[in-house]
Amino acid sequence: MNDLTCFRGDRRLFAGLDFTVETGQVLHVSGPNGAGKTTLLRILCGLTQPESGEVRWRGQSIGELKEEYAREVLYLGHLNGLKVELTPVENLMAWAALHGFELGEEAILDALAAMALKGIDDLPVKVLSQGQKRRVALARLLLGRQPLWILDEPFVALDRHAVGVLEGAIEAHLDGGGLVVLTTHQAFTLATGHLCELALGG
Amino acid sequence: MWVAFKWVLKRDLMLAVRGRSEVLTTLMFFIIVVSLFPLGVGPERETLAEIASGVVWVAALLASMLSLGRLFSSDYEDGALEQLVLAAHPLPVLVLGKIIAHWLVSGLPLVLLSPVLGLQLGLDGETLAVLIFSLLLGTPVLSLIGAVGAGLTLGLRGGGVLLSLLVLPLYIPVLVFGAGAVEAVRAGLEAQAHLSLLGAFLVLSVMLAPWAAASALRISLD
Amino acid sequence: MRLFSKDFWFQYASPKTFYPLAGKLIPWFAGAAVILTLVGLYIGFFVAPVDYQQGNSYRVMFIHVPAAWMSMLIYVVMCAYAALGLVLNTRLSDMMAAALAPTGAMFTFVTLWTGALWGRPTWGTYWVWDARLTSELILLFLYLGYMALRSAIDDPRRASRASGLLALVGVINVPIIYFSVQWWNTLHQGASVSLTSAPTMAATMFAAMIVMTFAFWAYAIAVALYRVRLIILERERHARWVVELAEQER
Repeated sequence: MNDLTCFRGDRRLFAGLDFTVETGQVLHVSGPNGAGKTTLLRILCGLTQPESGEVRWRGQSIGELKEEYAREVLYLGHLNGLKVELTPVENLMAWAALHGFELGEEAILDALAAMALKGIDDLPVKVLSQGQKRRVALARLLLGRQPLWILDEPFVALDRHAVGVLEGAIEAHLDGGGLVVLTTHQAFTLATGHLCELALGG
Repeated sequence: MWVAFKWVLKRDLMLAVRGRSEVLTTLMFFIIVVSLFPLGVGPERETLAEIASGVVWVAALLASMLSLGRLFSSDYEDGALEQLVLAAHPLPVLVLGKIIAHWLVSGLPLVLLSPVLGLQLGLDGETLAVLIFSLLLGTPVLSLIGAVGAGLTLGLRGGGVLLSLLVLPLYIPVLVFGAGAVEAVRAGLEAQAHLSLLGAFLVLSVMLAPWAAASALRISLD
Repeated sequence: MRLFSKDFWFQYASPKTFYPLAGKLIPWFAGAAVILTLVGLYIGFFVAPVDYQQGNSYRVMFIHVPAAWMSMLIYVVMCAYAALGLVLNTRLSDMMAAALAPTGAMFTFVTLWTGALWGRPTWGTYWVWDARLTSELILLFLYLGYMALRSAIDDPRRASRASGLLALVGVINVPIIYFSVQWWNTLHQGASVSLTSAPTMAATMFAAMIVMTFAFWAYAIAVALYRVRLIILERERHARWVVELAEQER
C-alpha cells in the first residue's frame, strides 16, 4: 500500500527517473559527488520542486497532500537542525511539537541514553562535539512516529557504537512497516528488510 | 497546531534570552542614532521638537531593519529552517510565531525606550503618548513586512544591503502615518485618522505577510 | 476559427515558438519607434506654439509626460507578468517581467531627470518634495530593488520565483505607498507647487504628447522583445532547439 513513485526530468542532474518504494524497503541512493543525491532526497520530502514530474505518496501527489504528507516524513539532512543555545531535550521537544506529536521528557532521555548521550542532556548543544551533535539529531529516529524516513548521509561522523544503534533503529523501523530512503558512502549491514539500490550519475 | 506555534514562539524567545547581546545591540543602535541628531542639527529645543517624531521613527525603521537579518538566517544555517518548512503544520502560522517572537525582542524594546528618547528631543505630554502608541501599532508592521524581505534574501551575498533596498520603500506608508500622527498632534489636530490607518496596515499585514514570508522561505530553500 | 482556440494562444507561451515571433516583430516596433519619435519631436519643437508663461522650456514635457506614463504602466505590466509566472509557472511570463524591468527603470529615471530640468526654470529649483516627484522616486527604488534581487540570485529558477513574489508584494503596496505620499503631501502644504493648474493645452501640444507616447510604447516593446530573446537563449541554452539554432548560425 505504501508506494512512492517519482517521475522527474531535470536536464541538469538526472532525467526520467521513475521508481517505487514499498513497505519494509530501504532505498539506497548511491552515486558520485554531485550526482544529485541530496537534490533527489529534497525532492522526495517536498523541499525542492521537481522541474517536471511528481512524487506520489499512497497514490496521491505530495503537492496536494501538503501538511498531511509532512506529518508522515522524517527528514534528516546534512545539517542537524539543532539550535546550539538550547539543550538536546529542548531541541527534541520543539522538534516533536513541530511534527505534530508531543514527547515526555522521559522518552527523550531514554532515546538520548540509547544514543550514549546520557549525562549531557542538560548542556547546550554548542559544547558538544560534532559526533555528539549528530547523535542528538539521530535520536529523532528513536522518537519519531513517521513511517517514511529520508536520511541524507546518516552515518557521517558517527563512531562504531552509534552506527550499530542506527542500524538497529532502521531494522526496527522496517519491521514495523516503515520505509527508508538514504544516501551514504559507508558500508552498512541490515539483518532484515529489503534493500534496493538506485545509482545516480556516473 | 497551537502547540507547534507556541513552541516556535517559546524557542525563539529562549534563544533571544540566551543570546542577549544581539538584542541589546539593536537597542543600542536605536539610542545612538537618535542621540546623533542633536549633535548634527544643533541643540535648539524648538528645532529638535519639530523633527523629533521623524527622527525617532526613522531610527526605529533602521533598527528594525538591521535586526531582520537575524530572523531566519541562523535557522537557515543550522538546518532548523528545513525542519520548520517540513513541519506538519501550515507554515504561515509557524512563521507568524517567529515574527511575533522577533517583534517581542526587537520591536517592543524600541517602543518601551521611545519615551526616554522623545523626552530628550523635547516632546511631552500628548505628543509623547501618541509617539509611543504609533510605534506600538507600527513596529509590528515593520517586522511583518520585513519578514518577507528577509525570507527572499536568505543566504544571498550582500543580503543585508539588498534587504534594505527591498524593504525600506515598503516601509514608507508606516513612516508617513507613524510620524504623521505625532506631527498632527503637535499641529493641534487629531491623530485619530493616522492611528486608525496604522491599525489597518497592521491588520492587513498580519493577514498577508506570514503567507508571503512562508512562500519566500519555500522559494529560498528550493 | 484558429484565433479563438486556446492552443493557438498557448503555443506562444512557449519560449521556442515565441523566439522567432519576437524576432519578426522587433524590426516593426523599432521602425515605428524611430518614425513616431521623429514626428513627435517635429510637432513638439517646430509646430507647437511657444507657451506664454513658460517660454520654450515647457517643451521638455513632450518627453517628460510620456516617460512618466510609461514608467507607471510598465511597472503594472511587469508585475502582472511576474504574478502570472508565479501562479501559472509559465517561464515566458517571468522572462517578460525580467526584460521589462530595465526599460521601466530607464523611463522612471528619464522622468525624474527631465522633471528636474523643467523644474529649474519653472520653479527655480531642481527638486521639490512634491507628491508626484516623490512617488516617482519611490517607483525607481522599487524597480532597482526588483532588479537587484534578480541579479543577486544565481539559480534562475529561484531568481524568477523570488522576484515574482517581490513584484506581487510590490503591486499590493504601490497603491498604499501612493496614497500615503499623497496624504503626507497634503499635511505638509507649502512645500509643494501645484502642478495641476496647467493652462489649457493647445491641440498641437496634445498631439505631440500622444505621438511621443506611442513612440515610447513602440520603443519599450521593441527593447523588451530584444531583451527577452537574449534571456530565452541564455535560459534555454541546453534545450535542443537552441543548440540546433546555434549550429545553423555557425
